[in-house]
Amino acid sequence: MLKILKYSFYDLMRSRWSYVYFLFYLLLGVVLLFLNNDLSKAVITLMNVIIILVPLIGTIFGVMYYYNSREFTELLLAQPVKRSSIFLGQYFGVATSLALSLVIGLGMPFVFYGIFNSNAIWDFSLLLITGAFLTFIFTALAFVIALSNENKIKGFGYAILLWLFMAVIYDGLFLMSLLYFEDYPLDKFSLVATMLNPVDLSRVLILLKLDISALLGYTGAVFQQFFGTNFGLILSFVMLVFWVVIPTFFIWRIAKRKDF
Amino acid sequence: MKNKFYILFLLIGFLSVTNLWSKTITVCATCPVKSINEAILQAEEGDTVLVKKGIYKEANIKIEKGITLIGENMPTIDGEEKGEIITIGADNVTLDGFKIINVGLSYTTDYASVRVVNSSGFTIQNLELEKLFFGIYLQKASNGKVLNNKVRGEAVTEFNSGNAVHLWYCKNVEVRGNDVQNVRDGIYLEFSDNITIKDNLSKNNVRYGLHFMFSNNNFVINNIFETNGAGIALMFSKFMDVENNIIQKNWGTAAYGLLLKEVNDAHIKNNLFFENTVGITVEGSNRLEYANNDFTSNGYAIKVKGACYENRVIDNNFLYNSFDISYNGRINDNKFNNNYWSNYTGYDLDKNGIGDVAYRPVKLFSYIVNRTPETIILMRSLFIDIIDFSEKVSPVFTPDDLMDENPRMKQINHDRN
Repeated sequence: MLKILKYSFYDLMRSRWSYVYFLFYLLLGVVLLFLNNDLSKAVITLMNVIIILVPLIGTIFGVMYYYNSREFTELLLAQPVKRSSIFLGQYFGVATSLALSLVIGLGMPFVFYGIFNSNAIWDFSLLLITGAFLTFIFTALAFVIALSNENKIKGFGYAILLWLFMAVIYDGLFLMSLLYFEDYPLDKFSLVATMLNPVDLSRVLILLKLDISALLGYTGAVFQQFFGTNFGLILSFVMLVFWVVIPTFFIWRIAKRKDF
Repeated sequence: MKNKFYILFLLIGFLSVTNLWSKTITVCATCPVKSINEAILQAEEGDTVLVKKGIYKEANIKIEKGITLIGENMPTIDGEEKGEIITIGADNVTLDGFKIINVGLSYTTDYASVRVVNSSGFTIQNLELEKLFFGIYLQKASNGKVLNNKVRGEAVTEFNSGNAVHLWYCKNVEVRGNDVQNVRDGIYLEFSDNITIKDNLSKNNVRYGLHFMFSNNNFVINNIFETNGAGIALMFSKFMDVENNIIQKNWGTAAYGLLLKEVNDAHIKNNLFFENTVGITVEGSNRLEYANNDFTSNGYAIKVKGACYENRVIDNNFLYNSFDISYNGRINDNKFNNNYWSNYTGYDLDKNGIGDVAYRPVKLFSYIVNRTPETIILMRSLFIDIIDFSEKVSPVFTPDDLMDENPRMKQINHDRN
C-alpha cells in the first residue's frame, strides 16, 4: 500500500493541478494578509474559504483523479497486489498531496507575516488542521462515489450534489427544522445535527475559538457544557476522525467486492 | 503698628494652644493604651489615634467624634465574626491604613467592615479588607472620600455575600483608586447623586462590577471592570457619564459589559468593550449618546431590547464582533452615524473616507437567533450568509431605516490614556 501511496503521491506532486492548487492558496494567503493588514479579519475570511472551498476541491479532485487513473488502476489490478492497498494507497496519495498543498500554501504567507509571534497562532493552526481533515473526508467520499459509479458524468454529478448538500442545503434544512420545532428543547438535536455534517462540524470547531463569547450567550445546559469546556473540542475532533474512518472503510469494502 | 503685633502674638498664641489641645494617642501592645476602643474613648474632637503594628481583636468600634485614626505599618483589626467592626457616626473622621478582617455574616443585618452613618467630610483610605460581608458601607453620608482601598472577598453566591463599597443615600462622594475583587457587587450605589468613581479596578465579582440604582448625575471615569457577572449595571438612573473605562471579559449567559435599564440622558464615551458576551445591553433607555467607544471581539456589540428612542451611536469602532447590533421590532428612532464597522463591505469611490453605501448593522440572523436561540450553532454558515445577504438587499424583518448612512472606511484612532 505504501508503494502505491508513494506512486500516487509523486504522480500528483509532478502534476500541474497540485501546483495550481498550491499557488491558489499561496495567493489567497498573500492577498488576505498584505492587502488586509489585519490578522484577525484574515483568519475569519480564511475560515469561510476553508469550510466551503476545501470540501469542493477535495470532492472534485478525488473524483477526477479516480476516473483519470482508471487505466493505471486496471493495470495494477492485474498484478499480485491486494485490492485494498491499491485503492487506499491511491486515496491517501491524493488526500495527502491536497492537504499538503493547503497547509504549505496557506502556511507560508502566514509564517512570513509573523504568525509565530502572534496570539492568533492557535486559531490558525486549528484552521489548517480542520482544513486537512476536510480534505481527507471529502476525498474519501469522492472515492466512494466514483467507485460506485462507472459513469463519469453521473459520478461528477453526485459529487457536486454531495458538496452542495453538505455546504448549503443541509444548513437550510437544519435551520428550517429548528424554526419549525422552536417550541421544543432543541439543543441536543442541534448538536447531533451538527455532528452529522463534517462541514458544520469544522465550522463549529472554529467557532469555538473565534466566536465563543457569542455562543456563551445562549442559556442551555447542554450547549454550556459543550461550548464552555474542552468537551466540545475533543468531541468534535473525535467525530472528525470518525468522518475519515467510515468513508475509508467504505472504500475498502466496495473495492473488495467491485467487479472490474 | 503696635496693635498689629499684638494681634499677631495673640493669633500665634491661640494657634499653639489649639495645637496643644489636639493631641496624639498611641496604641500598641506595650503602650499605656492597649486597645483602639480605649483610645477612642480618651480622644477628643480633632485628636489623632495612632495605632502601631499588631493584631487587635476588637469589634463594634464606634467613632462618635471627629478624630483621625491612623494605622502604622498596616495593623490588623480582627472582628472575630462578632458583627460590624468600625462604625463612624461623626463628621470629619479619617480612617487610614488598616487591615480589617473577619466581619460576621448575617442574613438579617448587613454587617460591614466600615460603616459611615449620617456623616460628612470623612476620608477612608488605604484599608485592606478581607473575610468581609459588606466592605465599606456609606449610608446617608456626604462630601467624603473612599481612596485606594483593597478589598478581597470570597463570594461564591449572590445571596450570602455583600458589596465591597456600598453607597446608600449619599451625595458628593469620591470613590477613587480602589481595588475590589471577589465580592457580590464591586461598587454599589442606591439613591446616591454626584458621586465620582474614578481609577478603580473591579474584578471577578459574582454579580456586577459597578451597580447603580436610582442614582443620578454620577461620573464613572477611568475604571477597569473585568470578568464580573456584568461589568457595569446602570438602572433607573439619569444624567450619567461613563467615560474612558475598560470593560472586558464578562462572559456567560447573563453577562454584559454594560447593562442599561431605564437610563436616560447618559453619555457613554471613549470606553473599550473587549470580549464580552454582550458589550452593551439596553432596555427602555432614551436620549443616550454612545460616542468614540471601541467594541472589540464581543458576542454582541450592542443588544437593543426595546423601548429605546433618540439614542445616538456616533464615531465608534465595531471590530470583529459576532453581531454588531441586535434589535427587536421594526420601528427605529435611533441614529447610527460615522462609525467604523469591520464587517462593512462597501466601497469609497470619491475617496472621502466615508463609504458610499450605507451599512446595515442588524443582520437577519441576529433576528432569527433572538427568536430561536439554538440557531446560534449555524453562525457563519454559508446558508446564513446567503439569507443575510438577501435581507441586506431588501430588508423584510429588520427595520429598514436602521443603518449607518456614513460608515467610515478606516478605523478611528481614539486617544486613550
